[in-house]
Amino acid sequence: MSNALRVPTMAEMMAAGESPEILFWVGCAGSFDDRAKKITKAVVKILNACDVKFAVLGAEESCTGDPAKRAGNEFTFQMQAFMNIEVLNAYEVKKIVTACPHCFNTLKNEYPELGGNYEVIHHTQLIQGLINEGKLALKEGGMFKGKKITFHDPCYLGRANNVYDAPRELIEKLDAELVEMKRCKTKGLCCGAGGAQMFKEAEKGNKEVNIERTEDALEVKPNIIATGCPFCNTMMTDGVKNFNKEDEILVLDVAELIASAGEL
Amino acid sequence: MDWLQIVIFGVLLAVGFGFFTTRILQIRKNILLGRDLDRTDNKGERWRTMLLVAFGQKKMFSNPIPAFLHLAIYAAFVVTQIELIEIFVDGLTGHHRIFMPYLGGFYTFIISFIEVLSVLAFIATVAFLWRRNMLKVPRLVKSELNGWPKLDANLILIFEIVLITFIMMMNGGDEVLFNRGLTHAPGFEGQEGSFGFAISQHLGPLLFGGMSDGALMAVERIGWWGHILMVFLFLNYLPYSKHFHVVLAFPNVYYSNLEQKGRFTNMESVTNEVKLMLDTSADPYAAPADPNATPQRFGAKDVQDLTWKNLLDAYSCTECGRCTAACPANQTGKLLSPRKIMMDTRDRIEEVGNNIKKHGADYDDGKSLFGSYITDEEIWACTSCNACVQECPVNIDPLNIIMELRRYSVMEESKMPTELTGMLTNIENNGAPWQFSQADRLKWKDEA
Repeated sequence: MSNALRVPTMAEMMAAGESPEILFWVGCAGSFDDRAKKITKAVVKILNACDVKFAVLGAEESCTGDPAKRAGNEFTFQMQAFMNIEVLNAYEVKKIVTACPHCFNTLKNEYPELGGNYEVIHHTQLIQGLINEGKLALKEGGMFKGKKITFHDPCYLGRANNVYDAPRELIEKLDAELVEMKRCKTKGLCCGAGGAQMFKEAEKGNKEVNIERTEDALEVKPNIIATGCPFCNTMMTDGVKNFNKEDEILVLDVAELIASAGEL
Repeated sequence: MDWLQIVIFGVLLAVGFGFFTTRILQIRKNILLGRDLDRTDNKGERWRTMLLVAFGQKKMFSNPIPAFLHLAIYAAFVVTQIELIEIFVDGLTGHHRIFMPYLGGFYTFIISFIEVLSVLAFIATVAFLWRRNMLKVPRLVKSELNGWPKLDANLILIFEIVLITFIMMMNGGDEVLFNRGLTHAPGFEGQEGSFGFAISQHLGPLLFGGMSDGALMAVERIGWWGHILMVFLFLNYLPYSKHFHVVLAFPNVYYSNLEQKGRFTNMESVTNEVKLMLDTSADPYAAPADPNATPQRFGAKDVQDLTWKNLLDAYSCTECGRCTAACPANQTGKLLSPRKIMMDTRDRIEEVGNNIKKHGADYDDGKSLFGSYITDEEIWACTSCNACVQECPVNIDPLNIIMELRRYSVMEESKMPTELTGMLTNIENNGAPWQFSQADRLKWKDEA
């Protein structure tokens, strides 16, 4: 497998007279956060390996407005939304995949009312489809065989949009042991980053939310904490470091697990 | 004597329902102070949700022990209404057990069923008192329950115990009277026998078997009158109490938000503004369409800025605290408690309703929901994780109120945690919450 990632932009595709099957919405974290960029690359590796005809917006992408809306600034949110919708509609985008549950939720649920109607899926749902269609094969008894993996449900994927199965089915395909935390799925505890908390200090309390959640994870003694959200990833990584467990427990996105298992 | 009892009963009935109706109309008026919201769509889905969540108590069963205890009280409450119909008819006509000759064996079955449920409800009520006051289940002893809410909760449970005790006095006393050939049950006057009701045929003789005939008749009458007096008391206590959820749970679930929980409401007033800003052909000096229109406030400062559904939510809340127990902010010691958000909203709408009644619609008491009841520190601790919404057994949405208060704070007062100002500026300037250039969004592609 060559190391060069093929990442065509919408503009390039259009110039070549082509149109992609799906747009990959990278999101701000996926574009700029060093840790999240690795998740973005894992998604691209999978898309490349399966020859999915996709494109990104590149410099034409802008924040969906999620943190602005959750912070109560509807003006900034709608400005962002209208600008993005204009770009997406100009490219006649029909289907969008994203690795960020916040972008996923906003694009899927909050853009239609403003004129942006797309089929929006989370990357775990896309990957699940690719595996089910036989486009992506994982090595039998691969590197995760026998490993204990627990999945932390991102609020904006789980409770907000009822996606619980796709990431779990992917983990089960790894020959790994999926262990559930005492609070999971509809009862999953937030990592502490949602609702614009990522961008501010927490209010006065006796504990950080990500520490409380990391304790849930440590209880089941996993080798890996899997997530499906760049912000959950940051919070859980910090939580694991807080307990000095970063040498024993990895915090990885489901896409990274699949990319590794497929030796991509 | 009979006519006197009928008159007393008739007066009680009229006064009881009269006060109740007045109070209900006041609550309705208060709820309608909220903003409009259309929830008339998807009737089929709404009925289904109500059947499952309100009638079937689906969400309660994620926590089975309190769910079964609650089910016992709920079932007893619902089924007892059948017996209550007979008591109303008896009371107004001077009869005794008027349905008995018509229903025969079915009557014995119904009353037995009610008695069995009443015993289960009695046990459940004692268990609830114990959980609240002895076991001190954490969500039932949080600080927002101090004072009246705690007393309210205990009073309701005590009322239920008294009510069930009166039912047992009534049926048990009547049973022993029947044993002695003294019953007034139609068709059995002067005969010795047994009603054969599941509980009272044993409990009656056990408790009252040694009493004189006169005392026995007093026990039966005290039971009958005590029961009906408790019913009227309960009826009129209910709409002043958190316990009003027994009624409002049904409409509240019917009018639930059926959208995905992640979808936050769109502010149409903002949409119009933003469209105008983005429309290059718009005349910047154009006069407003309606110069006399007062623009609606962005978000919510006070209860009238919330929707009627938010206010119905507040009246439907029975303060069980499942929301607060699931809240990540509350669990980590922050001030935010979704239950307190609902309690504050209810307290404030009551206050506003009373002010309007006393001083007229334009009266301003200088207070507001945001500021006087709910503080900055509370609303900014929310992670919008929807755990509170998920947990509520009657589909109350505290998150929606929190978001409306944030909108007011940010868009009307420009008040927010300072770091968020930076985040918003970044989004406006460079299309990301951090200070990175939009032109660099694809840089990751070429990084090793």
